[in-house]
Amino acid sequence: MHSLTVAELAAGLRAHRFSSLELTLHLLGRIERLAPELNAFITVTADRALDDARRADERLAKGEGGPLTGVPIAHKDIFCTDGIRTTCASRMLSNFVAPYDATVVERWRAAGTVLLGKTNMDEFAMGSSNETSHYGPVRNPWDPARVPGGSSGGSAAAVAACLAPAASGTDTGGSIRQPAALTNLTGIKPTYGRVSRYGMIAFASSLDQAGVLTRTAEDAALLLGAMAGFDPRDSTSVDAPVPDYLAELATPLAGLRVGVIREFFDKGLEPGVGKLVQDAIEVLRANGATVREVSLPALPLSVPTYYVVAPAECSSNLSRFDGVRFGHRCESPRDLRDLYERSRGEGFGDEVKRRIMTGTYVLSAGYYDAYYLKAQKVRQLIAADFARAFAEVDVVIGPTAPTPAFGLGAKTSDPITMYLNDIYTIGANLAGLPAISIPCGFVSEDGRGLPVGLQLVGPHFSESRLLSVSHHYQQLTDWHRRVPPGFE
Amino acid sequence: MEWETVIGLEIHAQLATRSKIFSASATAYGAAPNTQANLVDLGYPGVLPVLNGEAVTMAVRFGLATGAKIARRSVFARKNYFYPDLPKGYQISQYERPVVEDGSLEILLEDGTRKIIGITRAHLEEDAGKSLHEDFHGLSGIDLNRAGTPLLEIVSEPDLRSAKEAVAYMKKIHTLVRYLEICDGNMQEGSFRCDANVSVRPVGQAELGTRAEIKNLNSFRFVERAINYEIERQVALIEGGGKVVQETRLYDPDRGETRSMRSKEEANDYRYFPDPDLLPLAIDEATIEAVRATLPELPDEKAARFGRDHGLSAYDAGVLTASRELAGYYESVVQGLGGNAKLAANWVMGELSGALNRDGLDVAQSRVGAAALAGLLARIADDTISGKIAKEVFESMWSEGRGADEIIEAKGLKQITDTSEIERAIDEVMTRNPQQLADYRAGKDKLFGFFVGQVMKATQGKANPVQLNELLKRKLGG
Repeated sequence: MHSLTVAELAAGLRAHRFSSLELTLHLLGRIERLAPELNAFITVTADRALDDARRADERLAKGEGGPLTGVPIAHKDIFCTDGIRTTCASRMLSNFVAPYDATVVERWRAAGTVLLGKTNMDEFAMGSSNETSHYGPVRNPWDPARVPGGSSGGSAAAVAACLAPAASGTDTGGSIRQPAALTNLTGIKPTYGRVSRYGMIAFASSLDQAGVLTRTAEDAALLLGAMAGFDPRDSTSVDAPVPDYLAELATPLAGLRVGVIREFFDKGLEPGVGKLVQDAIEVLRANGATVREVSLPALPLSVPTYYVVAPAECSSNLSRFDGVRFGHRCESPRDLRDLYERSRGEGFGDEVKRRIMTGTYVLSAGYYDAYYLKAQKVRQLIAADFARAFAEVDVVIGPTAPTPAFGLGAKTSDPITMYLNDIYTIGANLAGLPAISIPCGFVSEDGRGLPVGLQLVGPHFSESRLLSVSHHYQQLTDWHRRVPPGFE
Repeated sequence: MEWETVIGLEIHAQLATRSKIFSASATAYGAAPNTQANLVDLGYPGVLPVLNGEAVTMAVRFGLATGAKIARRSVFARKNYFYPDLPKGYQISQYERPVVEDGSLEILLEDGTRKIIGITRAHLEEDAGKSLHEDFHGLSGIDLNRAGTPLLEIVSEPDLRSAKEAVAYMKKIHTLVRYLEICDGNMQEGSFRCDANVSVRPVGQAELGTRAEIKNLNSFRFVERAINYEIERQVALIEGGGKVVQETRLYDPDRGETRSMRSKEEANDYRYFPDPDLLPLAIDEATIEAVRATLPELPDEKAARFGRDHGLSAYDAGVLTASRELAGYYESVVQGLGGNAKLAANWVMGELSGALNRDGLDVAQSRVGAAALAGLLARIADDTISGKIAKEVFESMWSEGRGADEIIEAKGLKQITDTSEIERAIDEVMTRNPQQLADYRAGKDKLFGFFVGQVMKATQGKANPVQLNELLKRKLGG
């Protein structure tokens, strides 16, 4: 039951082959047994899950509900959940219970899903390895000595280990796609504005976008459809109809124009990874796609650009965590300054502090033009590069990450090396474009097979196309069907 | 040395929207602490601001009324600083691209000349909450009811040259925002307040002197006093060989002086940057024209019309148009009276304003309505009563709430216009005062007033004064 896709589970539930309660109990059992080793969850909401499942079963018994009724899911612990602790994997919010549901939570709940729990992540989504969590690192089910990627590492590990069939994630610079690549999942980051950010604790507001981690593109289509759409509570959400992603999966591959991003096949790309990506491109070509190379010359500037824009926004977004109204407050502050300094000093981890300081610096008088404004200009150049490419091709393609999963602790001492992990994913965030990572094979390291991800990026609101191309690819390959040893 | 003062004002007008600028909380004043603060106002994790369109319309109204440019695209920015009554750790404001730019308005100076004052910009922003330091021993309370209340910050050019000009300008803006119904103008509740940038320079010098900014002045009187104090302080400082330092100062109304709050060096670096949670504010031509169509007649237009059509002086027209309600009252009186604007103007500015001030009432709360006052003035116009009796009738109307005719009837105040009745009274007075009569006829003209008084006394003031004068002159002359 646990290795079934969401689409398969939905069919089973509607055919009454098993009940949502049985399914939920089974997954809760697996979570109890397997999650602690992986450290995938911060909070398991067993009681809530059982309530949700019973309610779903009542509906299913009456023949009511939609395709997601009774399907268990997990939420990244960045989404506020009414009455359930939302920590953002930070000591700062270790005691925080939101009095409301995020729009994403509300919509999935309205669709009838069952909430299993809140998944581990990098603190405030700042990290690429899930090692900055106050609750400790998450381990990769494909090799527990390695990281699952970040920041949505807990969601990735939970789905990869078949503890949940799908989980939400957020992607500011690759935080859905990179963990999806490192754990053999499908991970989609929609167009900026496609999914409401209301109730999603902000890291970098102009880049943050919610999405989903699943085993298949079909599941992603189902779950994204239930999450996307205009929300008047988020001024940056876009008031445009949500296509029927599921129906549009059938769009044929034939005639698809694929652009291979020259700049992604650089010296930082591990040859084994590059080879698998090229193989995947061949599969598309052999099945009707035309392939050509495209150049996005400003794209190599995305990492430095991102590490100005994202910290600038985070330095301001995280100012509200001041120990006054919610979150961590230091013991017996002497005065106001002491309250601020110790509450924030104790509440935030090193990576969060590093980014707050970087962001404060780049916005300071005398530096603003040289850093923040310059970065905004480069951001426009990168967006223009993509726009030029999309005048000639339907999607651009390349690797999701330069390497497969790396060892725990391997990059924690050098932030720059860590940041370079997101070199291929950041561009889509800076340009606000939808992007997906799908499994495209395994490389062997230390006698273990480690998954590799293929990334597709499309024009604004081309989620349907990204999902249909991914879906066709998954009909032609079975990489996505593989489950890590020990979690079958 | 002769000194010239240069003043610029930053006026904060609280916009009269029903809900806050970025949340649905109510903006009503005086609610119990923190009962009008929702999750957005509290800066909760995950919540987002959504702009209140009503606040934008109000800003556009102000821009159009001051002949300003309305930006087709303006940008909300974050002003970052830590303070407990600033829940998000930043204030959402407009910085580089405000919604209103390059306006102006005209003020009337005491000597009757007019002066154009430039308005550099007006921008939308949210107010902070309030820190309460008095009520909690050793602790500070925070009330976030005010957090997120919409403000329009109106920044003048440094065109003002004296405290009196500054007050005239501030009053003019005060009048304007109430005409436009975008601000209630209540200064006690802080709905209308200002910061004054003050500097001095030798007369003839082009370069501006170093300025001090006096924060949070919430009465016209304080503005005048604070600026005058500050001018004296700066001049004395420079003449004593010192230098003015750029700083923020606070006015202490009890001591009548300003004192330093923080210097430029201690000033925050606010790290402004565009707020990524809000899209740039786009305002199209159609929206602007729709707002323009709803603008009321503005005070200057109204005053000009009163001068042109009613023959009022610039001063009277200015006083009567200082508030839309007063102007409306005056116009209703004129209408009820069917003309005679000067009589109406004198009464509205005289007896009516006096009674309102005495009882601390707004014109809307007047105990004598415009129609009732017109009814009274009509009795002066048709000679039923004299102006003097009318004042007595007005007081009765004010306290008893009855109409003029009713009071005149009940108290028998109707003017005596019957010549024979007045003559009879004159005859009696002459008979009773033979000595005075003889003296008058011997050339003591001043005694004329004595006879007027005696006749009036005999008729309880009801004799028609014009007729009385005429008849008395004839009779006394023999």
